[in-house]
Amino acid sequence: MIETILIPIGVVGGLGLLYGLGLAVASKKFHVEIDPRVEQIIGVLPGANCGACGKPGCAGYAEAIVTEGAPLNACAPGGADTVALIAGIMGQTATAGQRKVAYIHCASGGTKTTKLKYEYQGISTCKAAVNVSQGPNLCTFGCVGLNDCFDACPFDAIIIDENNQRIIDEAKCTACGACVKACPRNLIELIPEDKVVRIDCSSHDFGALPKQVCGAGHPCIGCGICAKNCPVDAITMDGQLAVIDYEKCINCGICATKCPTKAIEDALKGMRKKAYITDEKCIGCTICAKKCPVGAITGNLKEVHHIDQDKCVGCGICEEKCPKKAIEMR
Amino acid sequence: MELLSQIMIMAVGAIFINNFVLAKFLGICPYLGVSKKLDSALGMGMAVIFVMTMASAITWLIQTYLLVPFKIEYLQTIAFILTIASLVQFVEMVIQKNAPALYKSLGVFLPLITTNCAVLGVAILNLTADNGLPYNFGFSILNGFFSGVGFTVVLVLMAGIREKLEYAELPASMKGMPIALIIAGSMALAFLGFAGLKF
Repeated sequence: MIETILIPIGVVGGLGLLYGLGLAVASKKFHVEIDPRVEQIIGVLPGANCGACGKPGCAGYAEAIVTEGAPLNACAPGGADTVALIAGIMGQTATAGQRKVAYIHCASGGTKTTKLKYEYQGISTCKAAVNVSQGPNLCTFGCVGLNDCFDACPFDAIIIDENNQRIIDEAKCTACGACVKACPRNLIELIPEDKVVRIDCSSHDFGALPKQVCGAGHPCIGCGICAKNCPVDAITMDGQLAVIDYEKCINCGICATKCPTKAIEDALKGMRKKAYITDEKCIGCTICAKKCPVGAITGNLKEVHHIDQDKCVGCGICEEKCPKKAIEMR
Repeated sequence: MELLSQIMIMAVGAIFINNFVLAKFLGICPYLGVSKKLDSALGMGMAVIFVMTMASAITWLIQTYLLVPFKIEYLQTIAFILTIASLVQFVEMVIQKNAPALYKSLGVFLPLITTNCAVLGVAILNLTADNGLPYNFGFSILNGFFSGVGFTVVLVLMAGIREKLEYAELPASMKGMPIALIIAGSMALAFLGFAGLKF
């Protein structure tokens, strides 16, 4: 009688014990050395597997950091916090890269801002649409409006408004670059967050043509006026399209005021401050006059300097450089 | 020659006529879950073939030399699950140590199928198989192997169809799982046709 209970217990229990011991032995014998830092770094990475770092997923990036010495600040979605955590794990110091946001270099693409040459009824992706007679929109450089970027965004940072216009939510954007890759017209660029002067067009057409085909009404016509007026030579003409070099751009917004078609967007328009020198503090070191990109500051050595308010563009460089804090932006 | 034809009959039977997914309706979870992409479906299929073959061998030994002598066949389920789970864990460790490349392609799928009903199913059905073929160690292993192949064939077919479905214009309510289930049903109907095969 008692055997009917004991035998099954013995057999199954014995099997369990045997397997348990076997696995315990195997886990020692077949132990693979994994650097514990890899696990720790995977823990602090966002886990979006977006690929912005150029590695296959977050685990791949963590392994690359530990084994190949990959840069610690390549994770765009994680931002500065993640960089600091990874640096802590690796025992290194690292500075976060400049936070960037995606920007669509086109004002077109919405139902009210696009001029169509035909009605497209095929597969509903931008990639497919641009292959049919260079796309349904008249402008062959502009946004098709079928939302490939919206579909690609893993962070819901692209909003579609009531006019089917795409707007980047800069608070949510992590600069992972998924939309940049998704856009078949190459309209999207990752731009440093603090650079607010942006060219709202990607048209390489010249002269009257862009105005005829652009539904938004303010295309870049390739006149080059912005490039000529930029005080720091940050704008170059790529063929018939103005391109801003954000390494050089000082956010002055002069180009936006000079552009005859209003193709340059300036988020600080009308909000810029002007520089003022507090005379008592100025020691006449001439540093500000040398640094001013527009030559608005004049004055001799050891004399109080003066700022020509008509010339001042409010870039704030002089305030930053003044050793005596004699310059104030207001 | 006799042996070869028996093996052929077993192969056709396990792959087409008694297909695990479409005729016995076991392993539906990975069938619907891992059939979105062709390469992951193939990886999963390979892992299933591997685990089913191994499980068939070990469970046959457990049944013949442990459960039958002690007359405790009713403990099949628990003993087999225990065996299969530990076996897969063990194999995973061995692969990770000795074949890192294989581990990378197979590794993620192995834990998924440790307690899959198709794997347990092949172990139990091996013992109750009523297909007129000899019941022994070798044929158990072969049946496990061919059942795995059958699973892989169906999984890969499904993945191929679903990859094409991505481009089909479907009503919004049909996208994703609903159409996948309809496809699965149609495939099961098609495979039912194999039931008429006679040798």
